[in-house]
Amino acid sequence: MIPASWFLALSGVLFALGVLAFLIKKDLLLMFLAVEVMLNAANLAFVAFARRHGLLEGQAAVFFIITVAAAEAAVGLAIILLVFRRKKTVKADEISVLKG
Amino acid sequence: MPILSLLTFLPLAGALVLAFLPRRREVLLRGLALAVALIALGLSVGLYLSFESGTGGMQFVEHAPWLGSGIEYHLGVDGISLFLVMLAAFLVPVSMLASWRSVSSKVKEFLIFMLVLETGIIGVFLSLNVFLFYVFWEAMLIPMYFLIGVWGGARRVYATMKFVLYTMLGSLLMLVAMIILHGRTGTFNLLEYYRLAGSGDWLDPRLQVWLFLAFALAFAVKVPLFPLHTWLPDAHVEAPTAGSVILAAVLLKMGAYGFLRFALPLFPEAVSKFLPYLSALSLVGVVYGGLMALVQKDIKSLVAYSSVSHMGLVMLAVFALNFEGVQGAVFQMVNHGLSTGALFLVVGLLYERSHTRRISDYGGLSRQMPVLSAFFMIAVLSSAGLPGLNGFVGEILCLFGVFRAGTLLAVLAVSTVILAAAYLLGLFQKVMHGPISNPAVRTFKDLNLREVLVLLPIIVLMFWLGLRPGSVLRKTEASAALQVSRVTGRSSVLVSTPAPSPLKAGKFSPLPLIREKRPAEEKDADD
Amino acid sequence: MKEAFWMIPLFPAVGALGLLVFGSRLRRGAVSFLGCLTVLASFLLSLASFLGLSATAAAGGGPRIKVLFDWLDAGRLSAGLSFQFDALTAVMALVVTGVSFVIHVYSVGYMKGDRSYARYFGLLNLFVFSMLLLVMASNMIVLFIGWEGVGLCSYLLIGFWFEKPAAAAAGKKAFLINRIGDAAFLVGILFLVLFVGGTEFRLIERAALNGELGAGAATLIGLLLFAGACGKSAQLPLYVWLPDAMEGPTPVSALIHAATMVTAGVYMVARLNPLYSLSPAALETVAVVGAATAVFAATMACVQNDIKRVLAYSTISQLGYMFIGCGVGAYAAGIFHLFTHAFFKSLLFLSAGSVMHALSGELDIRRMGGLRRHLPLTYAAFLTGTIAISGVPFFSGFFSKDAILTKAFASGRHVVWALGLLAAVMTAFYMFRLLLRVFHGQERLEPSAKARLHESPPVMTVPLLILAFCSAAGGYLSLPVVFGKGLDRFPRYLESVILPGAEAHLSRGTEWLLIATSTAVALVGIVLAFLFYGRRTVVPETLIRTFPRLYRLVADKYYIDELYGAVIVNPLLRGSEAVYRDFDVRVIDGAVNGAARLTARAGKGLNVLQTGRVRDYALALLVGVLIVVGFLVL
Repeated sequence: MIPASWFLALSGVLFALGVLAFLIKKDLLLMFLAVEVMLNAANLAFVAFARRHGLLEGQAAVFFIITVAAAEAAVGLAIILLVFRRKKTVKADEISVLKG
Repeated sequence: MPILSLLTFLPLAGALVLAFLPRRREVLLRGLALAVALIALGLSVGLYLSFESGTGGMQFVEHAPWLGSGIEYHLGVDGISLFLVMLAAFLVPVSMLASWRSVSSKVKEFLIFMLVLETGIIGVFLSLNVFLFYVFWEAMLIPMYFLIGVWGGARRVYATMKFVLYTMLGSLLMLVAMIILHGRTGTFNLLEYYRLAGSGDWLDPRLQVWLFLAFALAFAVKVPLFPLHTWLPDAHVEAPTAGSVILAAVLLKMGAYGFLRFALPLFPEAVSKFLPYLSALSLVGVVYGGLMALVQKDIKSLVAYSSVSHMGLVMLAVFALNFEGVQGAVFQMVNHGLSTGALFLVVGLLYERSHTRRISDYGGLSRQMPVLSAFFMIAVLSSAGLPGLNGFVGEILCLFGVFRAGTLLAVLAVSTVILAAAYLLGLFQKVMHGPISNPAVRTFKDLNLREVLVLLPIIVLMFWLGLRPGSVLRKTEASAALQVSRVTGRSSVLVSTPAPSPLKAGKFSPLPLIREKRPAEEKDADD
Repeated sequence: MKEAFWMIPLFPAVGALGLLVFGSRLRRGAVSFLGCLTVLASFLLSLASFLGLSATAAAGGGPRIKVLFDWLDAGRLSAGLSFQFDALTAVMALVVTGVSFVIHVYSVGYMKGDRSYARYFGLLNLFVFSMLLLVMASNMIVLFIGWEGVGLCSYLLIGFWFEKPAAAAAGKKAFLINRIGDAAFLVGILFLVLFVGGTEFRLIERAALNGELGAGAATLIGLLLFAGACGKSAQLPLYVWLPDAMEGPTPVSALIHAATMVTAGVYMVARLNPLYSLSPAALETVAVVGAATAVFAATMACVQNDIKRVLAYSTISQLGYMFIGCGVGAYAAGIFHLFTHAFFKSLLFLSAGSVMHALSGELDIRRMGGLRRHLPLTYAAFLTGTIAISGVPFFSGFFSKDAILTKAFASGRHVVWALGLLAAVMTAFYMFRLLLRVFHGQERLEPSAKARLHESPPVMTVPLLILAFCSAAGGYLSLPVVFGKGLDRFPRYLESVILPGAEAHLSRGTEWLLIATSTAVALVGIVLAFLFYGRRTVVPETLIRTFPRLYRLVADKYYIDELYGAVIVNPLLRGSEAVYRDFDVRVIDGAVNGAARLTARAGKGLNVLQTGRVRDYALALLVGVLIVVGFLVL
């Protein structure tokens, strides 16, 4: 049996990759994917801990996150689509209307 | 009948009704608003008539729980607040009538704000719960903000922002102080504070200093005390006539009232430390305001600086902390409300005709507008303190109060007599006398009936108060004496200002007070 | 009827109210009728009260006092609106209402064509009311109401023709300079309240006589109140408003700026004689200021060419005389001079008005001359006035002036006496100069004025004749003691009010000598005037050529107005302007706006962090998380 620490390590690596990708990538779509990676890293950590402690809450949280992520994906993609229609671009750096 | 609540919230109710009326029916809107204001005026007159003059305590007290933890609904009136309430109730309908023609856009909103403002002002003067006081104090800013910002002159946004931010800056610290007070006493009840302050078990002096400063800042901005006065000329110049009238006549009084009602009696030990400085600032305001008024080129800002000077005298009299001073201060507040109100109304009437406020654009109006000229003259004389009119009574009482507190202060403050005459008569001469230099003046019409009706009641009151000052002084004396004893009762530093004796060489002995009547009311704390 | 004296001021008050509010709707006839009638009613009531007072004077008792109502009552400061009627009040009330009535009648003719006819009479009535308030007050506060009231009327009437900038400015100047004095006056009243405990005259008298009031306090109060009197009665250094006040209509100059209002200061000092008598220093000041003013103003009167201004400086000089009287303790003599001066000076002004009327408003005596043939009645009146004021024996001015000079000599203030004599020479000189220049010699009229030359209508000349009679005969109310015992009726009459002090008695010989001296002095002045201006004006022209600087100095009124302008008014205005511009706007308001700007700038500074780029925010988030985690872990 693989110890929980492995899963956690994988989760950490995935999360770090997600963060890195989010910070490096300029494309909104890729940044969005990076967020998904981070979410799944968190999911992985949840289930790992759930198994280690033998509790169901962690797994429930994962389902909850998956649901929210699905909703978020729908809304997020819609927003990106609209942004693209308006600005003709999905580069995050070019969309800075909130600059003070 | 809860007359105080009725008086306070009737205008608000009127504003609510107005909100649901169609904005096209202007005459109906104006008529209704005026009617509501007049009913409130009637109520305040009823209040005056049923007010017991013998006692200094609060009357018509209404007390009910509200938000809990010391925040209660608590109203009451005494001799000091009575006349300020009356002043507000009197001037709101007057300035509505004055704005009948000059405000023609967004009439509905204008009237609603005027009525809400009236509720706020009256609430400030009647609140006996410090928290409730704060609510009204801040709430009143909102309509004023819009009155200046929407119906004002060219730089109205700048002026109104300055006014609101300046006032807020002061009052936020006051809120902090109030919360600390609540922390120490567990109550926001002002009368309870008075009781505790008089009982000997009160805040320690170091804390008093900080709390006093916080309160004093809020009120000093409002008065305005030198050097916190620069918002006033801007606000006055930009405000519409009605706004200027209410601002000068009533809002400034809140500062003086706040000192008298809160800052001075609640922190007597701190007061004794700061009194000389506050007196000095007031005195500087008297002279400085007068000198600045002398060189203004804009009529409204001249009157604004004259307010700085006059309110300086009022504050000087308040800080004299004796019976005559406080009596004079209350009387002078009413006077200043009437005379400055009248001056702003006159300026407004001129502005409606000429659309300029520059003094140099006028000249020779007396021949063209004799009625306005007569009213203007009387207002000028009232403001300059000519005997026979109201201003003199207040001025001499204030000066005598100050005189008892310090001869030199009074001697310097007397310069107001000269300065006021100089800038006001100078204004009158430049605007009304001389040849007509501006051809537009020849087209000006004298006052119509409505405009006469706006000014006449004020003029009548000026004469009335000048000839029968007792109608105010009788009602205020007990409260004034009580309030003075609240301040001076504990802090022995202030109890007896020694009789000024610049004449060591000559022997003198002030005769005992010669009074045949009313010995029971003689509660002058200094004696 | 016994207590009816309090109604004396009521008539003009009603008249003023009626005329000022409804006057523009009334016809001229009604206005004249109402305006004159109210003053006549006051005069008659004053006369009745005076007679009633005389009848009961033997019975003794203090002044009659009527309290109308409690006016002001707050702590130590209390005053009722109350009137008092005693000998001094009676004299003043009679003078005020009597002269006022005559001048009201004269005005009917003089102001005939004016478009603000009703306003004029309304203000004149208001003035009479205020003046009566002043002289009938039973305490200082009510006196002060009247005091300021007459000042207001003076302001409004000087600026009656307000379209003329000079008139409007003169009115304001009069009011402001009076206010300077009044500020001191007010402080004096405050001290009175402090030291005496009230402002009722009986109270002041009691305190002064009982020794409750020290000499130091009396000096302080006396000087402060006298400063007020200097303003109202145009004494050094506050006299500068009176010459300018001549911008008003001439009857106004006669009534307010000669006969009544300007004498209020003298009245006040005489009224408070118990207080002033306590303080030698205050009295000395009064006498010295009076003497200095008398001479100083007289010099200017000698060289002015404006007929009304000559009379104005003469008034200032004569008021100085009255103060000499008060200052040497001869209050009754001061009041007596006030009494006679009221007649002859208003006579002179009204005659001057008649001349102006005849010459279509001409004021410059260089464009007059030889008018006695055209204006015989006016000439007779002016001549009577001139003789009376010059101190020619057996005319009123002689007796009153002599009374003052005798008392001044007797009190041992010989310098004051000498100054008085000097002023007397000049008085005779400038008055006869005026007479000769206006009525004698060759005609130097403008052709346009000559064409319309006419004697004034009876409504103007009859008042002149009445006043001329009073000027001639008024002096017989009080003759010097040397003329016979008991002939000094005037001071005796006032004895109940003006306490006779310890007098240094002069021998009969000295008194005769003094009388001879003043007579001689008057004659010298007259002779000089004839020498200078009788036939030709060679002497004065030579003098002017010899001392051009001196002449300019005096003719330009010693540059006092310019001095005040340069030393007080301009620095004050310029200074205020500079303070407003550089301090109020820049520093104070600058600090306020600066605080606002600082806040805004701080916001702008932090704005850099708000890049609008999501990645920056994410990085910030990450760093934040790492820091928090770091804290939690470590």
